[in-house]
Amino acid sequence: MFPAAFDYLRAHSIEEAAAALSQHGGDARILAGGQSLIPAMRFRLARPTVLVDIGSLRDLVYLREESGFLRVGAMTTDARLERDKDVRARYALLTETSDVVADPVVRHKGTVVGSLCHNDPAGDWAAAALASRAIMVVRGPSGERDVPIDEFIVDSFTTAVQEGEIAVEVRFPTPSARTSGAYEKIERKVGDYATAAAAVQLTLADDGTIAQAGVAITALGPFAMRVTEAERLLLGQRPSEDLFRAAAEEAYRLADPNPDTRGSAEYKKNMARILVARGLARTSSKLHA
Amino acid sequence: MTKQRVELNVNGEIHEIQVEPRKLLAYALRDECGLTGTHVGCDSSSCGCCVVVLDGETPVKSCTMFAVQAEGHDITTVEGLAQGGQLHPLQQGFWDQHGLQCGYCTPGMLMTSYAMLKEYPEPTEEDVRKFLSGNLCRCTGYNNIVKAVLQAAKALGAEKSEPETTAADD
Repeated sequence: MFPAAFDYLRAHSIEEAAAALSQHGGDARILAGGQSLIPAMRFRLARPTVLVDIGSLRDLVYLREESGFLRVGAMTTDARLERDKDVRARYALLTETSDVVADPVVRHKGTVVGSLCHNDPAGDWAAAALASRAIMVVRGPSGERDVPIDEFIVDSFTTAVQEGEIAVEVRFPTPSARTSGAYEKIERKVGDYATAAAAVQLTLADDGTIAQAGVAITALGPFAMRVTEAERLLLGQRPSEDLFRAAAEEAYRLADPNPDTRGSAEYKKNMARILVARGLARTSSKLHA
Repeated sequence: MTKQRVELNVNGEIHEIQVEPRKLLAYALRDECGLTGTHVGCDSSSCGCCVVVLDGETPVKSCTMFAVQAEGHDITTVEGLAQGGQLHPLQQGFWDQHGLQCGYCTPGMLMTSYAMLKEYPEPTEEDVRKFLSGNLCRCTGYNNIVKAVLQAAKALGAEKSEPETTAADD
C-alpha cells in the first residue's frame, strides 16, 4: 500500500530540520533511514503530513569513542556499527544486537538513533540501550540536552523528544575490561521483529562480585523495559545459576506481552524468563573465559 | 498532491521524472523509468525482491525508500549488471548453477550479492548465507543460489588477478 500523501523537505542542516519541525508542528516527522517509518506509513499506522529528510546530513554520520562514551550520530547506520572493529572488540551487547537488528540489507539503511526514536515496543536497540545505560542527546531551540534512555522512552512509539527537537546522538558508556553482555532474541525469521528478546550487561568487581548489572526486555510489554528488580538482585552477588534463575524470575513477573501471531502471552512471558537466564549465563561465561 | 521533479541516475543514465513524494523507489523505477527488473514482492521490506544498489556499494530495499530520497545517488538495478551483452559473473553463476526456480526473487538476490562481493570479495559460504538472509526465495532454492554467488566470487577474483595489458606494457 502507498503511504498517505505528505510534503517532503530535504534538510541541509540540523538547524533547518529543527526549524521545519517547529513550523509544521506535531504532524511533521524526521525521515532518517526510514526503515521503520516508511513501513509504518505504508500500513497507515503513521500519517505524517510533512517529512523532513535528514539523510544528506553527513555531519550526523559518525561513530567514535570520546570521554568514556561511544558516540553514535543520528545518521549512523546499523551496518556501520555492525562492522566497526572497536565496537566488536569491546561492546559485546551492542555487537550482538547489531547482528540481529532487522536483516543485513535493512541494516544498510536503518539507523540506531532512528530506531530509538521510533520506539517500537519490539525494538531491539531500546533494550540494548536500557541495559547499557545509554544517553540520548536531543537538540532543540534552546540548545542540547542529555536524556537518559529510561526517561527517553515514554510510551509505545512515544519518546521525550518535544516538538521542534531532534535526537542527534546516542551515547553508550564505554564498558570496563570486566564488562560483557549478550542479546537474546527469538524471531520467526531473519529480519522480523522480536517475538521476545532480552539484553544483558554485567560488570564484575575485582572480588568477582557483580558491580554493575543491566537487564532489559523488549516485545514483552508496551515498550522496552528495564528489569530493575533483576538488576537489584544481581548487584554485589557472585554469578551463579541460582542467582541468575532468581533474576530471570523477575523478568517473568514484569513481562506483560500481548498475544499475537508470534505466540500467546503466556508463551512470551515464559520466554522472558528463559532469555534473561540465557543472557546472564552467556555473559557470565564470557566474563570467566 | 503535487508532483515533484526528480532526477534519478540509474545505471549511468539520467531519468527525469515527475512523482509525488510518496512514490516509492521500486515503483518509480518500474513505472517511470521502465526498468521492470526490480520486482516488488512482499511490499513490506521482508523479502528483498526489490533490492537495488546505491552508490555502487549499498544494497537497499527499494520498496522502503522514496524516489525523492534517491536523488543525488547512483542507482544500480539488475539491468545494470550485464555489460555489452555479456552476463555479469553473478548472472553467469546463477545460470550455470541453476540458481533460480521461478526467478521472481532473482533480481534482488543478484543485487544483494553484487553489493556483498564489493565488500567481501572472497566470501565463505557462511558469509553468503548471512548476507542473503534478508532475501527470501519461496521456491527454497537457496543451495544453488549460494553456489552461484561463490562461483561468481571466484570468477571475479580470477578476473582481477589476470595481468592487465595496458598501453604502458606495450
